[in-house]
Order: sequence, then C-alpha cells, then structure tokens
Amino acid sequence: MSVRDSAPPAATDPGNAGPPITDLEPDLVAPRRKSWWRRRSNRVPWLSIFIVVFVLLLPALLANLITVHDPLRGVLGDRLIPPAWLEGGTWSHPLGTDKLGRDILTRIIYGARISLTVSSLTILIGAVVGSTLGLLAGYFGGWIDRVISWMIDTFLSLPAVLLALVVVSVIGPSFVTIVVVIAITIWASFARLVRGETLSVRETEYVAKARVAGAGAGRILLRHVLPNVANTLIVLATLQVGVVILEESSLSFIGAGIPRPNPSWGVMVADGRDQILTAWWISFFPGLAILLVVLSLNIFGDWLRDFLDPKMRQRG
Amino acid sequence: MTGHPATGMNGQVPKGSPVLEVTNLRTYLYTRWGVTKAVDGVTLQLNAGETLGVVGESGSGKSMLALSLVRLTPEPAARIVGGKVVLNGRDLLSLSDRQMRGVRGREISMILQDPQQSLNPVFTVGNQIEEAIRVHDRDIGHAEARDRSIASLKTVRVPAPERRLSSFPHQLSGGMKQRIVGAIAMAYRPQVLIADEPTTALDVTIQAQFLRLLKDLQQRTGVGIMLITHDFGVVAEACDRVAVMYAGRVVEQGPVEEIFDRPQHPYTRALLDSRPRADLRASRLKSIDGSPPSLNNLPVGCRFVDRCTFAIDRCSVEYPPAFQLNEVHSAACWRAKEAPWETR
Amino acid sequence: MGDPLMVASGLSMHFPVSSGRYGGRTIGHVRAVDDVSFSIDRGKTLALVGESGCGKTTTARMVLRLRKPTEGTVHLDNRNVHELSGSDLKWFRMSVQAVFQDPWASLSPRMRVRDIVAEPLVVNRNIPRSEVHDRVGVMLQKVGMESWHGDLFPHEFSGGQRQRIALASALITEPRLLVLDEPVSALDVSVQAQVMNLLRDIQTDLGTAFLLISHDLATVRYVADHVAIMYMGRIVETGAVEQIFEAPRHPYTKGLFDSALPVHPRQRRPELEIKGEMPSPLDPPSGCRFRTRCPHVMEVCDQVPPTTEVEAGHNVSCHLFPTRIGTG
Repeated sequence: MSVRDSAPPAATDPGNAGPPITDLEPDLVAPRRKSWWRRRSNRVPWLSIFIVVFVLLLPALLANLITVHDPLRGVLGDRLIPPAWLEGGTWSHPLGTDKLGRDILTRIIYGARISLTVSSLTILIGAVVGSTLGLLAGYFGGWIDRVISWMIDTFLSLPAVLLALVVVSVIGPSFVTIVVVIAITIWASFARLVRGETLSVRETEYVAKARVAGAGAGRILLRHVLPNVANTLIVLATLQVGVVILEESSLSFIGAGIPRPNPSWGVMVADGRDQILTAWWISFFPGLAILLVVLSLNIFGDWLRDFLDPKMRQRG
Repeated sequence: MTGHPATGMNGQVPKGSPVLEVTNLRTYLYTRWGVTKAVDGVTLQLNAGETLGVVGESGSGKSMLALSLVRLTPEPAARIVGGKVVLNGRDLLSLSDRQMRGVRGREISMILQDPQQSLNPVFTVGNQIEEAIRVHDRDIGHAEARDRSIASLKTVRVPAPERRLSSFPHQLSGGMKQRIVGAIAMAYRPQVLIADEPTTALDVTIQAQFLRLLKDLQQRTGVGIMLITHDFGVVAEACDRVAVMYAGRVVEQGPVEEIFDRPQHPYTRALLDSRPRADLRASRLKSIDGSPPSLNNLPVGCRFVDRCTFAIDRCSVEYPPAFQLNEVHSAACWRAKEAPWETR
Repeated sequence: MGDPLMVASGLSMHFPVSSGRYGGRTIGHVRAVDDVSFSIDRGKTLALVGESGCGKTTTARMVLRLRKPTEGTVHLDNRNVHELSGSDLKWFRMSVQAVFQDPWASLSPRMRVRDIVAEPLVVNRNIPRSEVHDRVGVMLQKVGMESWHGDLFPHEFSGGQRQRIALASALITEPRLLVLDEPVSALDVSVQAQVMNLLRDIQTDLGTAFLLISHDLATVRYVADHVAIMYMGRIVETGAVEQIFEAPRHPYTKGLFDSALPVHPRQRRPELEIKGEMPSPLDPPSGCRFRTRCPHVMEVCDQVPPTTEVEAGHNVSCHLFPTRIGTG
C-alpha cells in the first residue's frame, strides 16, 4: 500500500469518467516483499538439497570410489591426528583420525552408507506395512479399524530406545535387529496418516462414483485412494528419514545399534566420548553430519509438503 | 465518531448520495504462472440506502473486488495495484493498516458466503458479538457489551436474543448463523455493507427470508449494500442497481429494471436468456458457448469477443469504452447503442 | 405407462444416534428417510425436490445401492436391487449410473480422463482395449468434447467440461437409469444451460430415465416429467411437473414456490408464509412433520396425514386434503 499524503479528495468525480488519480504503475511493481520466513516456504531449498546429496547420498553410493582409507582398520601410527588445518594435522586425513588411527572422513562416508541403508529399508518396510494397514482400517472401518487403530496407538506409545534395548539384550545387536526394531517403531505413523487420509478420500464423490461404476474394494484402494494419498506419504517418508537416522544414531550411541567396528555415525559419536576434551573431532564431525542431514531433510520435507499440496498448485 | 448500535450516531448520509466510490480499482494476483488480473479497472459507485448488485460468474473478479474494498485480499499473492476506494471522503487505500482496522466493521462491513466459516466454532455467539464491539470500544463494561449484543441481535430479528447469546454456532441452523454474522456486521451501523453471496449456502426457503431481512435492515439504517452474486434471481429480488462483471471488468451498469428489460451488453442479454425459469417450461435454453478467457492472458480487445454472436472486427482489436446510454445506464460494448440482440 | 423401470417402496433409512462423543449407547434414531415410495418410468425424469436435510440424497444413495435401506425395497425391472450379487450385480451397475454434484470432487484427480470415462465399462465387462478406446472417444464426442481430451487429467478442464466428462463416464455402459444429484448447481449460470440442454438431448437420443435430485425449482421445471417434493424424510406431494408447478397443493410446496426468487424485478413478491426453519431431525414433530412451520396448521396435524389423490396422478399428504374428498 502506498503511504502517501492524502490530500482530501473532497470532490471526487462520480461515474465512469474519472481518470485514475492514484496509480502505482502496476506492471512494474512486484508483489510486496515478504518477510523471509514467509518467502522460505515457496523457494526451492537448494542448500538442503545440496547437503543431502553431498553428505548423505553421494558418499553412501560412491564410498569406495571417494576414499583411499579403510574405514574399519586403522594405522596405529596415525592415532589421534587432528584435522588438517590444526597444528599437527595432515591433508591425508582432512578431518583427523580416531584413537585406532582410522580416518574420520572415511568413516563418515561409510557411515552415510549405513544411515542410508538403514533408513531406506526401515522406511520401505514401515511405509508398506503401515500404508496397507492404514488403507484397510480407513476404508473398511468397523472391527478392522478398531483392531488396527488399537495397534497404531500401542506402537506409537512404545519407547523405541527401550524396545531396542530389550530386543538387543535378548538377541544381540546386528544390522537386521536394528532395521526390524526401527521399522516396528515407525510403521504406526505411516498407518495413522494413511488411515486418516483414507477416511476423507473414502467420502469423496469420486469414490462414490467408482462404487456406482461397480469397482471393488481392491480397485478403489489401488486406483482411487492410494494415488491420492501418495503425496502425503512421500512427504512423511522424507521427514522420517531424518527420524530414522537420529534413532539409529541414538541406538548405536548407546551400543544397542549397529555393532562395532562398523562406522555408524552414532557409534562414532560414542567412540569419541572419552576424548571429547582432547580429541574433540572424533565426535564432532559425525555429530555435525547427523545435524546437517537431519535438519536438511526436515527443511526439504516441509518444502515438499507445500510443493505437492494441490491447493498450492491450483491456478488463480 | 462514536458509533453506537442502539442510537446509530454514525453520520447518516442522506439517501441517494454516494457513500462509496470506487475508481479504476485494480487487484492483481501474482502467482507462479504469472499475473492474474482479477480486478482490472473497476469503477463503481454505491449510494446511501441503495443495494447495488454486482453480478458475475466465477472468475469474473467479483469476490476479489469485495475483498479489495475492505483491504482483505489474500496475502501475499494478491495486491491492490491501483485505483481509489473513497469512503466518507477518505481513500481507504491510502490508510495505514491500523487506520483501516478502525474503519472495518465501523464504517464498512462484510458478510461472507458461508456463515459456517465466519463464526468461530469454539466461542459462543455472545462472545463473538462482544468481541466485535470491543474491537472499537475497548473499555466498555460487561453489562453494556451484553446489552449492545442483544440490541444487535434484535436488529436482525433473532428470536429470544438473550438465550442465543450463550449458544455455540453448531447449535444453530444455517439461516440463524447468517443472521448472527449479519448482526456482527451491523453492530456499528456501518454506512456500507458488502455481502458476498450471502445466501448461496442457505436453503431456498431461508434465502428469501434473509434477503428480505437485508432490505428491512437497510430501510431502518440507511446502509448502502453491495450484494455480490452470480444469481439474477437474487438481483431481481433485492437490488436497485446492477453492475455486471466479466473477466475483471464491469461491462454494464444500470438500474435493475433497465438491465432486465433492455440489457445493452450482449453478455448480460445472454446471461439473462440462459436462466431456466420456474414459472414456465422453456422449449430450449439459450446457452453461452465456450468459457471466459484466462485472466493471465487477456485479449487486447473486448474480453467477451470469443463467445459473442454479435462481434464485429473492431471488438477484437480495441476494448470498448463504457458508453453512457442515459444518465444512469452504461455498457462497455461497441454495439451498445444499436443493441442488435434486442431485435428478436 | 406400462410397468415402470424402477420402483422404490417403503424406503426408510434410520441412522443411530449415540450418546456421548466416543460412541456410547444408541439413544435414538434419525429418520433421514421415512417410508418413501416412488417409481420412475422408462425414458422419463423424476425429480426429488427438497431442501438440505430432507433426505433426497440419502434416497438417491439407496437407489444407487451405496447404502442399504433400513426398511423397504428398490426394484429395477422387478428385481430387488439390494439382493443382487455376482453377474446380476454387474448387470445392475451397468444399468444404473450417476452424476454427482461437484465436478471438482467427482473425478479422480490422478486418473486420466480416458480411464475415468472407461471405468464403469472395464470393471463390469471384458472388452478389448481398442474397443474401450473407441467407445470412450465416441462418448466424449457425444457430450461435446473431443476424443483427445481423454489423454488429459481432470484438473485441466473447467467445471462445465468436468461435468460433461462425468456424464460421458456415466453413459458409457448405456445405462437405463441415470441418477443426477444436483448436476448443475455447482456450475456457472451460463454453463448450467449448456449441461441442462445436453441432459435433455441425451434423454431424447438414448431414452435414458433420470432420477434428478435438486433443490432448484427452475432446473426441475426444465428437465423433469414427474416431481416428488420431500420434507424431513417424507414425500409430501407428487405429481406430473405441470400439476405441481401450476397447482401446488401442499402448504410446503406452496411455500417453496413463494420462496423462489423472482424472474424479473417487477414480479410480484408473495408474502413468505413459511416461518422459521426446519426443526432438528433428532426430534422431529409428530404427525405431519411440517406442522411447526405450516400457516394452515390444525389440531389434527399431530396425526400422520393421509395421502390423497387430488387429481389423476397428483398425490398430497396433508390433512387439508382428507381422503375421499371427491371421487378418485
């Protein structure tokens, strides 16, 4: 809005004739500048995408091509070397080494592989199981819904870490254990989301139309309901990657996760605990990787939610 | 100016003189796909004590016009880029946001289509009316606020207003909710009331009741009403003058009977002809082919040219000015004076 | 008229009402539809008219077999619709199709128009893909669209075009009955006329019978042959369209006409005789449901009114017209 001195326009010319008196050159004026937090949601979060690609995806896929060091076996002579830019550092170990002489950067890169594998697998399992149960509960209702909803509520209230500790103490830590445990704790959030969406899609006129056409439950769920909850599912999956990485790291940190000497980020943070004052880099860099990746995934997920929202995409 | 619902001390403008003058108003929407010219140079005038019907189809810009007048266009996409909206000698577009809040509700109010969305479901009717009163008179006592709320419910003929104050919106029918929205809008006896499709969400039997209530309110308070609608039945029932909008502009303007008897724009004619009637069975409805142009990519000439059966060459190259057919009736059409659509 | 295509007799739909928010005990029933009977002749249009909450949409859903009635039956060609299964059910689905009110909500947003239009055909019959393709093209042209429109998604079309697509889809099985639930009320005025004309053309060409659900008297007058007026779950008046529109008898029907907006500003506006609003369906008035708003209410109105044939084919349920007033 223009804040201009309003000379009292006492006698305004009624009717159609009056020439425009106030005119703000419409075509030249861009929309009003918005505060940064409002603008943020519309813009592609390039920085977050960059971080996810270069800290998580590329290292995970190309780990053995990028690094020269062995992530598992260290050179004892190279123990506790600080990052390259510090006194005593060397560029052959840019982020330094740990107490067994293993290269931190290499281990972070291989750690990305573990994080990505664990999160992909758990989310795949969680999403498939969760969406299937959510679709069934939302569409059929009745006792099916009551049973599944009860399961959702129960699993959502399970403390993941406690569950993991129990399982691990019984059957011991392993890659499979951690994937199963995390999948158990996340399927319910997929199920709850899909159930809610299904409940509302079920009442739409296009589902009524499909039923009138004679489509059975399977066809309606696969052709009419699932495609319309897919967007929300994708957003939730993106956000869950961050949750899973955090959860895996926490479990690994307390020793109930990926068994040593595998370079999980959580394990690495735990390894550096004792030397946090003297060799801070052992814990700091994997910790930073967790922070950056999880934060970026959350920002990207938020943006994706807005981007995929059909209301935001509709014209005019 | 201390407006008081019971006494109506707002300066009553004598009937017939202009209260709201809109000059060349333009509101554009800036979207990913470009600039949508929702309101593109609208000039209108609303007189005291009269009802002006603004008629148009969806996408004609009529609702964006309504929102622009009270400066409630959806941020950040929409922006009023030019023109004037003069109420009581002040250009509303030049006021600060704070000043505008003082004007809204007190001098100019609005009723929206869906009463369901105008009322907050978690507060009682009494809370919401008092809230509307407190916006302008912050330090009135509880008893006075209650008295004023009851008075404003009486103006919209709500039965047993004392009991209604403690009702929640979900306990009321659609018609009753719209009355309460009306009571809130009229609590300060504004000079201008903008009603955007106020009866579209109401049932047939309630719709007529509500329109007659508006008329009744107008007779008692002298409020100028701008009634935004897509329905010529609403216009015939409730309006004194009509402005027909098409693709962001007013194409015809005049007294209601003249518009129905002698429309001077082919779009108005076609709209009137395409209505089915309850009083006789038409052999076949005349429909308008095609659909309105995209507001992102408007033609240079007349915006109705593609759907018009009377278009001449000039129509597609030059936008017609508003031809004044008499003092009160104007139409933006190159063939308005000859009106070939009238010789049937 | 011979035997009718569809007969609904004694249809009732009672929804349980439970106490408390979290599904407590059932404390009563809302009689959304209460003993409704009507029939639809082949190739003709019956309009169910009423305000929101009168039960017209619920009735349509029972006819479409989307809901099972609490009581009563629907017969199509003398076969009880709600007892069909297997191939008989496929026959029913092919014979009865529907077009819904909101063209923005009634087309699956992530399916191509071609698949939407073809759906009623492909789920009920095994037809080669090429033949489906051809029939979709023909159908799209029949409703005034182009066959290449089938490759697009619904959001690329305007409201009127979407309603045409919905119509093409409903017609692809060559149904004998089409249920039209407020088919034009969400459309713009100029587009309403296009769709209403199209509906009349289709009925003339294909001989499809329509069950039209509407609150708009003007639409009903233009499309319908017979009219049933509903109020709070019951039919209060039925008759041929001219009978109802020229000489409405029931006070509610008269009130509806009086409330209709004028066609011209100089038209005389009748006094609005119906006062107030519809009572809560949880606690409907006993006897005649309309008696709380009726200008002619009498003492007998707390009894359920009889249904009287006031002229051939014109029935009214109101105590103003006691049975055997004249000779049937």
